[in-house]
Amino acid sequence: MIEMQVDGRDIEAREGETILAALKREGIQVPTLCYMEGLLPSGSCRMCVVEMEGAAGLIPSCSYPVAQGMKIQTRSPKVLEARKTIVELLLGNHPDDCLYCVRSGKCDLQQLAQTMGVRQRSFRGKKNQMEKDVSGPIVRDPEKCILCGRCVRVCEEVQGIGAIEFVGRGCRSYIGTAFDQGLNVSTCVNCGQCIVACPTGALSEHSSINDVVAALTDPNRMVVVQHAPSVSVSLGEEFGVEPGQDVDGKMVAALRRVGFDRVFDTSFTADLTIMEEASELAARISGGGVLPMFTSCSPGWIKFVEQFYPDLIPNLSSCKSPQQMMGAVIKSYFAEREKIDPARIVSVSIMPCTAKKFECDRPEMAPNHVPDVDYVLTTREAAQLLRMFGVDLLAMTPEEADTPFGERSTAGKIFGASGGVMEAAVRTAHFLLTGKELDRLDMQPLRGMKGAKEIRAKIGDLEVGAAVVSGLGNARKLLEEIRAGRKDLHFIEFMTCPGGCINGGGQPIGSDPDAARARMQALYRIDQVESLRVSHKNTQVARLYEEYLGKPLGKKSHQLLHTHYNARDIL
Amino acid sequence: MNDVESVLKKFPRAGRDALIPILQEVQESMGYLSRDAVARISKHLDLPATKIYGVATFYNQFRFQPRGKHHFTVCRGTACHVKGSNRVMEMAEKMLKLKAGETSRDRVFSLETVACMGACGLSPVMSLNGEFHAKVTPQKLVKIIQECRETESKNEC
Ligand code: SF4
Ligand code: SF4
Ligand code: SF4
Ligand code: FES
Repeated sequence: MIEMQVDGRDIEAREGETILAALKREGIQVPTLCYMEGLLPSGSCRMCVVEMEGAAGLIPSCSYPVAQGMKIQTRSPKVLEARKTIVELLLGNHPDDCLYCVRSGKCDLQQLAQTMGVRQRSFRGKKNQMEKDVSGPIVRDPEKCILCGRCVRVCEEVQGIGAIEFVGRGCRSYIGTAFDQGLNVSTCVNCGQCIVACPTGALSEHSSINDVVAALTDPNRMVVVQHAPSVSVSLGEEFGVEPGQDVDGKMVAALRRVGFDRVFDTSFTADLTIMEEASELAARISGGGVLPMFTSCSPGWIKFVEQFYPDLIPNLSSCKSPQQMMGAVIKSYFAEREKIDPARIVSVSIMPCTAKKFECDRPEMAPNHVPDVDYVLTTREAAQLLRMFGVDLLAMTPEEADTPFGERSTAGKIFGASGGVMEAAVRTAHFLLTGKELDRLDMQPLRGMKGAKEIRAKIGDLEVGAAVVSGLGNARKLLEEIRAGRKDLHFIEFMTCPGGCINGGGQPIGSDPDAARARMQALYRIDQVESLRVSHKNTQVARLYEEYLGKPLGKKSHQLLHTHYNARDIL
Repeated sequence: MNDVESVLKKFPRAGRDALIPILQEVQESMGYLSRDAVARISKHLDLPATKIYGVATFYNQFRFQPRGKHHFTVCRGTACHVKGSNRVMEMAEKMLKLKAGETSRDRVFSLETVACMGACGLSPVMSLNGEFHAKVTPQKLVKIIQECRETESKNEC
């Protein structure tokens, strides 16, 4: 233990930690901008400065280690003045656009200006003047960028991509791509992790709200909506609910109020995905197919393989993602059942994800030029839609999703957490291969926020090597092992975002760092208390096969539920 | 084997620290850093192309477009600045419709700046295809550019 003094009070700190960490435990809030939990501090913004006895200048608390006998001032006039000046300098060339800004109300910069009591413009610099990049699902508005570097670090250090970087030098530097091209032709996989990391409105998703509102008000359209497994455990946060509360029934009711003609649950097609994917795995194992097989439900991950590991494309499962499977059965089976022209259906999905916007626009996902899914809204956009339509989520009486795609097992629900797809798949693969249910359905080693997890599962006589990876930086490590000849794995779940969809790039902004963990626990709580826990017992899925698809991997399934991938040449 | 390959051959199994020398040599032999060149270097060093672009734009010496037939280099050093090189630069930008680092679409003109040419006694200075011009005024520059245009139109007929 280290003893030190803060603002005249004695406190204890731990060996090796930073001043910031010690202060946080003491209930002392220090503003930060460039600092990111879990990554090494870069110490570049100096927002977090404190005064240290004996030091000539102020020191950045996020990167300065504690020491025995240290005396720190966190709120001396010098400290407060310095912090205020930093904010004022940042505002010097910032557009005064809060009224029109997507981030208003959740913006760290705006918040800091309030906290520091900035009441007038002190520096009048030339306003940033740069064009927005609206080339893809991720919108970049460099005028609002304060060059904190968080997006660059997430993209490179967490996701292993490096699509964006500081370009140029000094006061003319900005965040850009190689040769200043649009993000759409860069290596960006549209994961949206940079959006969640950004403290300002410089990064956001391309909004589809106006398109959805137009469809909802068009009497000639039937508008259906699906919602992803992880949305019901995060949407509440947008309305002030504690992270980790499941608002599933209320959300279904609210979406009906908004005017959607049908509300379907993407967890239903997660169950369908498991039927197809577990069958594909069994076929590959018994038929000598390419192993290990990789899951294919995370569109950022798919683009990642297409551009960085094209030699491993044959390892990808050919299954479409649950979102796209739902889109496909809506515009085929459902349309036929309802006797409606598929071209009259507008298919909307609510996703925790920005890459889903890219996925639904892929040409392979639009047979005969009719897209399986028309518009994707992120969790954030869905919340805005509810607010715009004056629907009070929390006041709703819970309702159930619609047939024929409303029933789900909890195996389909835990798709929203890293490890969930694997757990669901092993449950069903065991049944398909042995005819018996697993004794214990829970697979603890596959759960939790860790970036890489592995188990060896016994399925009958077969020992299956299974791995679960989330965060593309972690994916790179495992893929390099496989390229180097690692052979003991049969099936690997890859999720683009660290921790899975519960921590997706389309999830609420400004939640505390533990929110993702709470959302994950909420999913496993549902798995614990409900009784339908395996995908192969979903009666509506069984009926879909009986009435329409035939059997898993059958001809119709192949047409509707499977896809192919292409190597991408990208700078 | 093209220019990039022959440069990279000199840097087998190179790490990130070789980036600047590689960029310098590639630019030396090709005159600029093309997209293809950056993509190739990116593969060789296992470094994202964006990173390379970020590093290269940090330094004034790298260009990303080929030089034009008439390549203007305007000195923006302190001495030249004091003697009005900013007005020379403004005139160059206006007449050529180019910014520093750019090349005209027809690849006839290109413009760049340097920090100091080491001829401060003759400031403001500029060079055209390596040929040195002392005590340049905006008016002088106009004449030089017009002469270039004339040779061009003669070549055309
Ligand atoms: S980024 Fe923040 S400070 Fe800037 S205009 Fe948007 S809300 Fe206001
Ligand atoms: S969306 Fe993901 S891949 Fe694209 S720039 Fe942001 S962090 Fe990088
Ligand atoms: S875009 Fe956002 S995260 Fe990236 S440097 Fe600018 S302000 Fe920071
Ligand atoms: S938060 Fe400490 S220097 Fe930026």
